[in-house]
Amino acid sequence: MVSFELDDEQKLVQETVSSFAADLMEPAMRESDESGEVPQEVIAKGWELGLLGGCIPEEYEGFGEELSALTGVIALEELGWGDLSMAMHLMAPSVLAISVLDQGTEEQKKQYLPAFCGEEYKAASSALVEPYYNFCPSALRAVAERDGDEYVINGKKCLVPLAKESDHMLVFAATNPGMGFSGVDAFIVPVGTKGIEIGDREKNMGIKALATYPVNFKDCRVPLVCRLGGEEGCDFLRLLSRSRLALAALAVGMSRRALEHSRDYATQRIAFGEPIGSRQAIAFMIAEMAIEVDATRLLVWEAAWRCDKHMDFEKEAALAKNYAADMAMMVCDRGVQIMGGHGYIRDNPVELWFRNARGFATFEGMVMV
Amino acid sequence: MTIDFELSPRIKATKNMIHMFAESAIRPIARQYDENEHEKPWDLLNMVQKFMGGGLAGAFGAETKEKKEEGGEPKEKKPRETNLAGAVTIEEIFWGDAGIALSFPGPGLGGAAVQASGTPEQKEKFLARFSGDKPVWGAMAITEPEAGSDTANIKTTAVLDGDEWVLNGEKIFVTSGKSALEDSEGFVVVWATVDRSAGRAGIKPFIVEHGTPGMQITKIEDKLGIRCSDTVSISFMDCRIPKENILGSPEVVDKTKTEGFKKVMATFDATRPLVAAMAIGVGRAALDFIKETLKEEGVELRYGINPHRMTSLERDIMQMEADLKAARLLTWRAVWMLDNGLRNDLQASMAKAKAGLAVTRITQKAVELMGPLGYSREYLLEKWMRDSKINDIFEGTGQIQLLVTARRILGFTREQLK
Repeated sequence: MVSFELDDEQKLVQETVSSFAADLMEPAMRESDESGEVPQEVIAKGWELGLLGGCIPEEYEGFGEELSALTGVIALEELGWGDLSMAMHLMAPSVLAISVLDQGTEEQKKQYLPAFCGEEYKAASSALVEPYYNFCPSALRAVAERDGDEYVINGKKCLVPLAKESDHMLVFAATNPGMGFSGVDAFIVPVGTKGIEIGDREKNMGIKALATYPVNFKDCRVPLVCRLGGEEGCDFLRLLSRSRLALAALAVGMSRRALEHSRDYATQRIAFGEPIGSRQAIAFMIAEMAIEVDATRLLVWEAAWRCDKHMDFEKEAALAKNYAADMAMMVCDRGVQIMGGHGYIRDNPVELWFRNARGFATFEGMVMV
Repeated sequence: MTIDFELSPRIKATKNMIHMFAESAIRPIARQYDENEHEKPWDLLNMVQKFMGGGLAGAFGAETKEKKEEGGEPKEKKPRETNLAGAVTIEEIFWGDAGIALSFPGPGLGGAAVQASGTPEQKEKFLARFSGDKPVWGAMAITEPEAGSDTANIKTTAVLDGDEWVLNGEKIFVTSGKSALEDSEGFVVVWATVDRSAGRAGIKPFIVEHGTPGMQITKIEDKLGIRCSDTVSISFMDCRIPKENILGSPEVVDKTKTEGFKKVMATFDATRPLVAAMAIGVGRAALDFIKETLKEEGVELRYGINPHRMTSLERDIMQMEADLKAARLLTWRAVWMLDNGLRNDLQASMAKAKAGLAVTRITQKAVELMGPLGYSREYLLEKWMRDSKINDIFEGTGQIQLLVTARRILGFTREQLK
């Protein structure tokens, strides 16, 4: 029966994460962006919310019952509302953890999951995006070739979050190049493995406080057991789609924040003797922003709901993610526009959201629900 | 409760049944009643009346039934799906054809107004007729040559003279006005002012029966689309109606007695998402046509690849698909709120704004993408493009929806945000 009402647990998650975002993330947003560092105490506090540990069952030392993409996107929207860099830093380990949880072998689950259930933040990285203008996850240039008891990984990656801070990264590479999504596999690789070269920290337009790195793989050899899902391999498109849900949810949250900012500004800023929101030129922009934020949230919810119900959701996740990327740019562009010259000044937050927003067109596989 | 997008088995069954009906009974005659404007598919309408008992099942008419059965106001807290069922049903019928669907008999907006604010006597007198054997229509007359969305500017007057109201003025764009007044024994709810100096507070709805002297249909419009549905002008010249035919209180100043007016206005919160559902039905028809054509041509749509690797065609179609789905979800949310007794005026306007604009874009893009197949009257696509444009206009233009949405979000009154 159709319903748009969150269940009690989701309401609790939403309220808790929302308070955390408002109390700790947002106040630290500007300084964090300027300094390029996420505040570790915020990450530590965020970890205490148990968002990742809450997805992992007790048998792997977690305290969750069932992995829910829907609950995940509800939490991520709130984190995205708070700050994108901090949200992506906090949830960077989710890619490795949830991929293993969703598709790992029993041995892989036992080996890797307990690390994410502790009291202290545990970094983990993932390497999917590649430094080419026409990068596409269905046509990865990075390859993993089998050689006896090992896979040999070669290729270039970028936008690899927390590469230097992590013990492990989940590396995506084509085992069957030319086979599209089904030709891609994931490998759980210790960061210190020979053949991995982590470059200097990247300088991006947005998410400046999130440490991302270029990573080169040169004849990087890993044992067969590192392959996610073992002999079976993994369903890469499914993982990619879970990641797209997470990114889209972050985009909804950040855009909602920008909308709220525009709304408040439009009621307070006086021009020609009345609030600028009294003019349709501004008011209509805000109405459209509100409609699109809600529309995107519902697309994300529906795709996540399908995921939880074990229905096909890959197409829906792709549509939602692309829609979210466009929506975020539209909303945050207007956020700047509505403030006029003030929007261009770094004293105000809208330019930061504007820079962050464009990233969603590029981000893939950096967080997961 | 928990978030769920699965239709209940009952609604699913209705949806499937209505879809089959739309495909077999409506689609095949869609072109005929577009080319032959002002003609009515009487066989179909009689059948609809017979099987659906007056109006679209679950839509405007269903509320009537439910309340009748319970013998009073529906309980607010009990989970209901009446409006959701209405939205789902309407999408299927309009997938069949918008013009024909709009010409279906039933209480319409006029009946909805009576249902919302009529006295028990008024309901009995005016609504019973819709469940008879013959098709009957109800209509609503608000718009005037110089007052569209600006209802405060309504000039039609109603003056009390003894036991009668005397109406004078001209109404235009009355949907199903001819059906209600000439083709059946229906009625029209007319909005007129009892005190022009009172502005909106002076505007009241009046029920005018078919055949009332002094009321005349002066024009039947030729339209861009939805041609099967009649749209008329009605003039009122010393048109006398019984005193008791006013909906709500005649008082102008006493705000506590304006409940009737407010209730009638509130019917729009219920009907706006249904108008959105109409739009979605037409948009889906266009999208289905494109996808079937591409399938026949062996064109595969590559979902999931990065947009900058997509063909322009793929990108357009995915945009259309996402827009349509977003509009549907916003619509379902608005009706779900209504079914659950939640105030939904903001969400209703959001849904209507999104759906109206989305389908005009979807159908226009569809005609572009299909090239000569899109432009040809051999296919229905060009018709859907013409039909869908009405969805961004009637029941409040897209701009009015944005205005309502913006006022709610900014917390501005109609004086603060004009």
